[in-house]
Amino acid sequence: MSRMTALRASGALALCLVAAAATAQTTTLTIATVNNGDMIRMQGYTSQFTEQTGIAIEWVTLEENVLRQRVTTDITTNGGQFDIMTIGMYETPIWGANGWLVPLDGLSEAYDVDDILPAMRGGLSHEGTLYAAPFYGESSMVMYRTDLMEAAGLEMPEAPTWDDIRAAAEAMTDRANEVYGICLRGKPGWGEGGALITATANSFGARWFDEDWNAQFDTPEWEAALTFYVDLMNNFGPPGYATNGFNENLSLFQQGRCGMWIDATVAASFVTNPNDSSVADSVGFALAPDNGLGRRSNWLWAWALAIPAGTQQADAALQFIEWATSRDYIALVAENEGWANVPPGARTSLYETPDYQAVPFADMTLRSINAADPTNPTVDPVPYVGIQFVAIPEFAGIATEVSQEFAEVYAGQQTVQQALANAQALTNDAMEAAGYR
Amino acid sequence: MARAVSTRRKIATTALAWAIGLLIFFPIFWTILTSFKTEAQAIANPPLFWGFDFTLENYAVVQERSNYMRFLWNSVIIAGGSTLLGIVIAVPAAWSMAFVPSRRTKDILLWMLSTKMLPAVGVLYPISLIFVQFGLLDTRGGLIVVLMFINLPIIVWMLYTYFREIPGEILEAARMDGAGLKEEILYVLTPMAIPGIASTILLNFILAWNEAFWTLNLTAASAAPLTAFIASYSSPEGLFFAKLSAASTMAIAPILILGWFSQKQLVRGLTFGAVK
Repeated sequence: MSRMTALRASGALALCLVAAAATAQTTTLTIATVNNGDMIRMQGYTSQFTEQTGIAIEWVTLEENVLRQRVTTDITTNGGQFDIMTIGMYETPIWGANGWLVPLDGLSEAYDVDDILPAMRGGLSHEGTLYAAPFYGESSMVMYRTDLMEAAGLEMPEAPTWDDIRAAAEAMTDRANEVYGICLRGKPGWGEGGALITATANSFGARWFDEDWNAQFDTPEWEAALTFYVDLMNNFGPPGYATNGFNENLSLFQQGRCGMWIDATVAASFVTNPNDSSVADSVGFALAPDNGLGRRSNWLWAWALAIPAGTQQADAALQFIEWATSRDYIALVAENEGWANVPPGARTSLYETPDYQAVPFADMTLRSINAADPTNPTVDPVPYVGIQFVAIPEFAGIATEVSQEFAEVYAGQQTVQQALANAQALTNDAMEAAGYR
Repeated sequence: MARAVSTRRKIATTALAWAIGLLIFFPIFWTILTSFKTEAQAIANPPLFWGFDFTLENYAVVQERSNYMRFLWNSVIIAGGSTLLGIVIAVPAAWSMAFVPSRRTKDILLWMLSTKMLPAVGVLYPISLIFVQFGLLDTRGGLIVVLMFINLPIIVWMLYTYFREIPGEILEAARMDGAGLKEEILYVLTPMAIPGIASTILLNFILAWNEAFWTLNLTAASAAPLTAFIASYSSPEGLFFAKLSAASTMAIAPILILGWFSQKQLVRGLTFGAVK
């Protein structure tokens, strides 16, 4: 073999090796997500997606607040660390409007985008374009102890008013045995206590802003809502409720210390799970209460999958989103883990499945979601979208401060009037600084 | 003359020391205990100290869900790398401040410490942008540099106080014997300051191990250390305290064991120079 032939042969071999290496290189998607039961369950099934498509998945699971800070930094600095981000209904329209997300208009026919619940689709879109696909959705509702209600000789209406709730709380409270009529969030934070009091205020006819972005905390509606909440909780709530959030109330309810708990519909699967809950077989559900003004106090939220505009692998990312939020994925989970464990609140077809209709909380979850309208959340008109939040970037900061003012009322450190005056001043200041007023 | 200390006083101080020690250790003890409970028992009220069903299930779940070894390895590299790099930079710096001080040395020392007063989140965006520019996001090298800078003031300060206790005459004698700057620092100063350097290394290794702001914000999948491992088990919607406790126990175990074996050096180093 001449020297030239040898050179050619080795060159060809090298080319082959390079080509082989290139084809063997698999696509890997990095997905940032929250730590909750449905998401963790999905991680267990991703090997099936990898088998079907050859696309490998790398998960970055973080606590909700850490995740929010992490993905916000990444998207605003164009860090490009993630191919898919798990974001909520608050971020999606804002980020979509900023051009930070890839519009999901390339979804396949089989995916059937029209099957997504209209309330979810509306909340995850900006000007009619969908920017994130809901993995699961939730509203809020009343969870109550059927045994305690029966002992008190009361019956919970399917659509109670706040007066019904107060009467039931009074009847079920038994402080000597550490049973409290009602447990509600008081913990500061826009997504914690702030979400509950904002949704409650909606049902009292209050709103965050008027149509000219003026804060509305100086209105009688806000005073009525906050006064009612404080009076209800001081009389029939657990001690130290100012620091109770979702987890604290879940723990109290599971131990049988709450007569009622108004919170996220996803909690229903926790409180009816006999492994964790001592009251699993005596929980009833009702719509979140209203005050007869045409707006209920339920919220709307979704954890959804979105593709950041900085990714190099948008096609593979879309493929994964289609798989994870599809009807087939729901069927896969139902087959392996039962219908009570499928991700709820995202697709209409799920609620038309007879097997799912048999799940005790399915019907009330759907009705709660349908009763929520983020584009028309309050009695009086408002310039914003969102029920328990206002979909503007400034809201998270403002609402966290406002909820801190409110928590001081819950802890007995200031009056309702003082807190509302402070909230009014700080909100108007912030809105002025941001150029809304 | 030695001061007479009554037995009663001895008993009282011993009891007090034990009480404070146990109080400080209690959260760690409680975390470890909770990691062996079921999720329902973990939130039981009144809390269960005994009489619960001892289970290893949480460890099994954590092991199955996360690649613990990868997180552990990242923690070791990042904490170890940043500490060693810091020492290499801080030993000459502390030497010059201790033995050839200028008029401004005191001010420089204070200024260095003042950088620790800035909340980390205040520079989140500048640092993130630098990381994006230089392609350092989610790399161990990037984190080593950042954590080194964060701990550098503490390393310099600690070494400075230890070096100040070493008589300058010894170094002078070495110089007269013909030692150059390199020999002076490497063969005379460093061996004498070993207890101080060892405790500085240990303390900074622990600080870097526990650092949970930059390690969470500048990593994604490949360089994430144990702090990210713990963060993946914390949840505001759902009670996973037993699993979180198992993850925390696994994350603190290596550093706890390291601290246990090196406590003598740690205490000796921290009290080095306290007696004059």
